[in-house]
Amino acid sequence: MLKTRKQIFIEQSREKFSDVEHRRKINHSLLQSDIAFRKGIPQFSDLQLAKKTANHIKRTTIENLDTYLLQFEKQFTQNGGKVIWAATANEALDAVGRICKEVNARLVVKSKSMVTEEIHLNPFLSSKGIEVVETDLGEYIQQLAGEPPYHLVAPSMHKSKEEVADLFHEKLGAPEGLAPEALTQFARKILREKYVQADIGITGVNFLLADIGGVALTENEGNGRLSTSFPKVHIAVTGIEKILPSVRDLALFWPLLATHGSGQQITVYNSIFTGPRKAGEKDGPERMYVILLDNGRTRLLADPKARESLYCIRCGACLNVCPVFRNIGGHTYNSTYGGPVGSVITPHIKGMKEYGHLSQASSLCGACTEVCPVGIPLHQLLLHNRQLAVKHAARTEKFAWKLWAMACSHRRVLNLAGGHTKNRVATLLFANAWGKNRKLPGFAPESFNQLWKKQR
Amino acid sequence: MHVELFIPCFVDQLFPQTAFNMVQILERAGCEVSYNTQQTCCGQPAYNAGFMEECAVVAGKFIKEFSGENYVVVPGGSCTGFVRNYYSKMFEGTDLEKQVTMKTPLFYEFTSFLTEILGIEDTGATLVGKAVYHDACGALRECGIKAAPRILLNKVRGLELIETEDAERCCGFGGTFSVKYEPVSMAMGEQKVLNAIKAGAQYIISTDLSCLMHLDGYIRHHQLLIQTLHIADVLVS
Ligand code: SF4
Repeated sequence: MLKTRKQIFIEQSREKFSDVEHRRKINHSLLQSDIAFRKGIPQFSDLQLAKKTANHIKRTTIENLDTYLLQFEKQFTQNGGKVIWAATANEALDAVGRICKEVNARLVVKSKSMVTEEIHLNPFLSSKGIEVVETDLGEYIQQLAGEPPYHLVAPSMHKSKEEVADLFHEKLGAPEGLAPEALTQFARKILREKYVQADIGITGVNFLLADIGGVALTENEGNGRLSTSFPKVHIAVTGIEKILPSVRDLALFWPLLATHGSGQQITVYNSIFTGPRKAGEKDGPERMYVILLDNGRTRLLADPKARESLYCIRCGACLNVCPVFRNIGGHTYNSTYGGPVGSVITPHIKGMKEYGHLSQASSLCGACTEVCPVGIPLHQLLLHNRQLAVKHAARTEKFAWKLWAMACSHRRVLNLAGGHTKNRVATLLFANAWGKNRKLPGFAPESFNQLWKKQR
Repeated sequence: MHVELFIPCFVDQLFPQTAFNMVQILERAGCEVSYNTQQTCCGQPAYNAGFMEECAVVAGKFIKEFSGENYVVVPGGSCTGFVRNYYSKMFEGTDLEKQVTMKTPLFYEFTSFLTEILGIEDTGATLVGKAVYHDACGALRECGIKAAPRILLNKVRGLELIETEDAERCCGFGGTFSVKYEPVSMAMGEQKVLNAIKAGAQYIISTDLSCLMHLDGYIRHHQLLIQTLHIADVLVS
């Protein structure tokens, strides 16, 4: 029989449980990001206020999403760019495909973008005979390894420097055992060639700016700039939720994103693109497109509670603090967006029936909600998803909760059996699931309730 | 002062002694303690599973069992947080709304009740050894309890409290999560226990028995030399 996604999830979680080396690498990586994050925080004199303000801005923007998107389109078009609306992943792919055909593209350079992962752009382009090169170092490593990104912000955080050196040796013929700096130099040399030759540069978007019709891009390696300045065509692909009302909002959102994403006060390269090169300008692409992707986001928008997940700025902080992510790693989710935010949005985007288990696979500890820079109540949204998923629950589960509600409505029922009987029932029900690794707790011979009645 | 008790269902069934230890400390502090024996469960398990109707039935019964005139003391932050933070939304617009608004702010987790309401920091307890304190998620994030248990534990004679990097990290219990996603839950619990041992602790102390029962299950299975203790069991000694 074909395994369900949930079964695969549990199986892969079990594998990760016993993978000591994976645990070591992730703990190390996450400790580094925690240290950086703590160092970055003091740049806010009042972090809570900053988060509240960001939440307010995102809330009003998402509540008026249509207005801001149209404003963006109008401005960006006036600037000479072209906006393409894509309702689905396929529509977005078709649009990219058409542009590639128009300019007869052979080589595309890309800077880091989760949305293009979401629509599986790379395999699409390869199938058209177009070479795609990821230019963010982490993404480049993942591309070489033939793996999807492991983390929203740090795509190859699960690889040790030795593993990367081996990969470069094997795939690129680099000398064996290169140190990280040498590896970076090695990759840079290859990538520099690609920038110059590329026909199209494709990037993601960190923020769409409605008032100026601009696209803000944040990165640390300069690869985003190079990907957009050499090729004649720049395509920016983005989810519709990335919009901010004004360029002025960046004063808050840039530092919030930097600190929560990488612990920096501000990311190294922050660019704003407002369209193609104008007459008399020295640089910039000849043509610029922005593809606005829905792909299930309006389903989130239609749900007044789940809507809050559209405030997300993809900083990755909720993954970093998530104890589930820490233990199962980024790939076990088997969805583009991992971690708490992924578990919130994926069931809506890809279907509750198939992906609902992601909302169940959480201890609801609330660390994600606590850290989120835009105040998304992530663990409450997981609960919301669970409520929506009850429809799909197995009949036995529904029945079990009915029984539970009945038992809890009558104190008498809870006092009926003695501790010994309850122990036997519990062993029958839970022993398998509770404990290959844990012992069951024992019921007391008499409950507090019974003892209290006797003693008082 | 007159206080009422809320003894969460699994404490009632599995750990009555801890509840009695809490009662003893409250009585020593001069409280007159009462307990409505009709009480069962606050409804959180069903809520966390998404079964709202079943939850509302049980929660509706539950809230009526308190007078609304006294503080309600609870041995645990998880159920306290649930009642305090989720009931009002759940009963919004129902005929229970007024009762809920009036009663739920009276619910206090035990250690925060001791320090904030009774002003007690030293219960006169003794426990020799080294311990880590585990911030239970419900206590920490739903109730905002960080200082109270540490203040109390720091006054315990012979006890050295060690702070670890992962004090605030979830132990992996999470109710039905611990059964439905056993490997994830276990991995989280394992890291928690191993980190405590590495820090040189002999005890893991917390406000919440649900976390401790999960960790204790791991510890006993692997026969490790570390012990879990509810804070009431420490403070009574
Ligand atoms: S949900 Fe919040 S913390 Fe998580 S990635 Fe989005 S903005 Fe960052």
